[in-house]
Amino acid sequence: MSRMLTSALASGLLIAGATTVLAAGSEADFKAAYAAAEAANNQAGALRDQWTTTAAALAEAKKAADQGDFDTAVAQAKEAEALAKASIYQAQSEKDAWKALEIR
Amino acid sequence: MRSAIHLASAALVLTTLALSAAPSVIAADTPDPVADARAFRNYFTGKFSKLKLEDFVNGPYSLNEDMHKQWEEKEQFPPYDFALDLGKELFTRPFKNGKSYADCFANQGIGVRQNYPYFDEKEGKVITLELALNRCREANGEAQLSYVKDDMAALTAYMAFTSRGKPFDIKIPNDPRALEAYENGKRYFYARRGQLNFSCASCHVQNPGERIRAEILAPALGILNAMPIYRSEWGGMGTTSRRFVTCNSQIRGTPLEPQSDEYRDLEYYLSYVSNGLPISGPGARP
Amino acid sequence: MASTIRVRATARDDSTEVQALIQHPMDSGYVKDASGNLIPPHFIQELTFEYDGKAVFVADWGPAVSKDPYVKFSFKGGKKGDDLKISWVDNKGQSDTTTAKIQ
Repeated sequence: MSRMLTSALASGLLIAGATTVLAAGSEADFKAAYAAAEAANNQAGALRDQWTTTAAALAEAKKAADQGDFDTAVAQAKEAEALAKASIYQAQSEKDAWKALEIR
Repeated sequence: MRSAIHLASAALVLTTLALSAAPSVIAADTPDPVADARAFRNYFTGKFSKLKLEDFVNGPYSLNEDMHKQWEEKEQFPPYDFALDLGKELFTRPFKNGKSYADCFANQGIGVRQNYPYFDEKEGKVITLELALNRCREANGEAQLSYVKDDMAALTAYMAFTSRGKPFDIKIPNDPRALEAYENGKRYFYARRGQLNFSCASCHVQNPGERIRAEILAPALGILNAMPIYRSEWGGMGTTSRRFVTCNSQIRGTPLEPQSDEYRDLEYYLSYVSNGLPISGPGARP
Repeated sequence: MASTIRVRATARDDSTEVQALIQHPMDSGYVKDASGNLIPPHFIQELTFEYDGKAVFVADWGPAVSKDPYVKFSFKGGKKGDDLKISWVDNKGQSDTTTAKIQ
């Protein structure tokens, strides 16, 4: 039962990141969003559960910002943050949830 | 009897064998590798009752008749042949200082692969064969090799070949740190990770013999016995670390360092639960 | 330099079964290296097996054949103790040849 909630929540976070509606972003917005995403991803790193898609979104955010497209940059940064947070959630819930898969 | 209520704590606390007078509602998970290994083996032999125990070391080739025929043909002229020859040459070639790998290993490094990984009580960590090889190089003034392929894979291919047929003989010394390393490895194996939310067990415990895209999944029992492998997908040889790294990426998890603690512990766990199964390396896989 | 060709030929009744494993990168020319540069094509174009002065198996290969190719075939004839000559040429003009005894 909790397994279902875990995956439902995780996938909800994944989808949420992709469909957020944004107002026009500025460089300041980007910097804040990127910092938040990076912090979350670092936390995931400490938990040894970073996702490749998080890193990809961060890279896309930076690339867009370098080109001055802050709308995209903010969107990507927020996506990265959502992914990073989902990975943190995954790492923390797996600390106990792994036992459900164990052969006994 | 399995308790349905799990401990809330994040880390598994090591306990000595608890003499619990009252029936436990919350059972402390006392590490019992012997029981784990037995349960692990029984799970797979039960699932694939037609297979002999040693068949598990051939992974997907034992689970599919068509693949088995292909494998038999492949074994006559295995794609790892070149790496094996290179490995023998590299292994016997002395270092610049005149010493050689034989000086770093028991029995001159011949027929010892089945003892790796082992828990080093001085250091308090798991030592894999690849790690031991690079440390040997370092101690003799040679540059480190990549842990995942090429020369390292060739060397371990040769060492595995000299151990062919010998059963895995992984030891867990009576040291709480060794037990913890074992438990870490077990935890890693069963924990989900990556955006695709898979654990090693998702494929290799829950779905051996099934297909993931075009591949047939190997059972976890005996899964390291054929290492290192020539993988057609890679077009070359790869070590255990290479497989851990690429598997992590495939489920969209950022891979760890090839000889990170987690991977070493994972290899320790997986090797231990396959104790008794013969080394079949080097191997070939699709 | 060690031969790139490993071969085993076994005479059986009125035919000979041949297996060969050839060491060659077989680069298609479509794959990029770690820096993003295309690895130039380097593949065997012609592989020939000769018995008694005649070609018994000729392969015209291209970039679709994988690295370290393995070949297995049978040809009519062949006696134990006779020679089987194998040679290949690739698109860079490199080649190798070896002679094996039929078992």
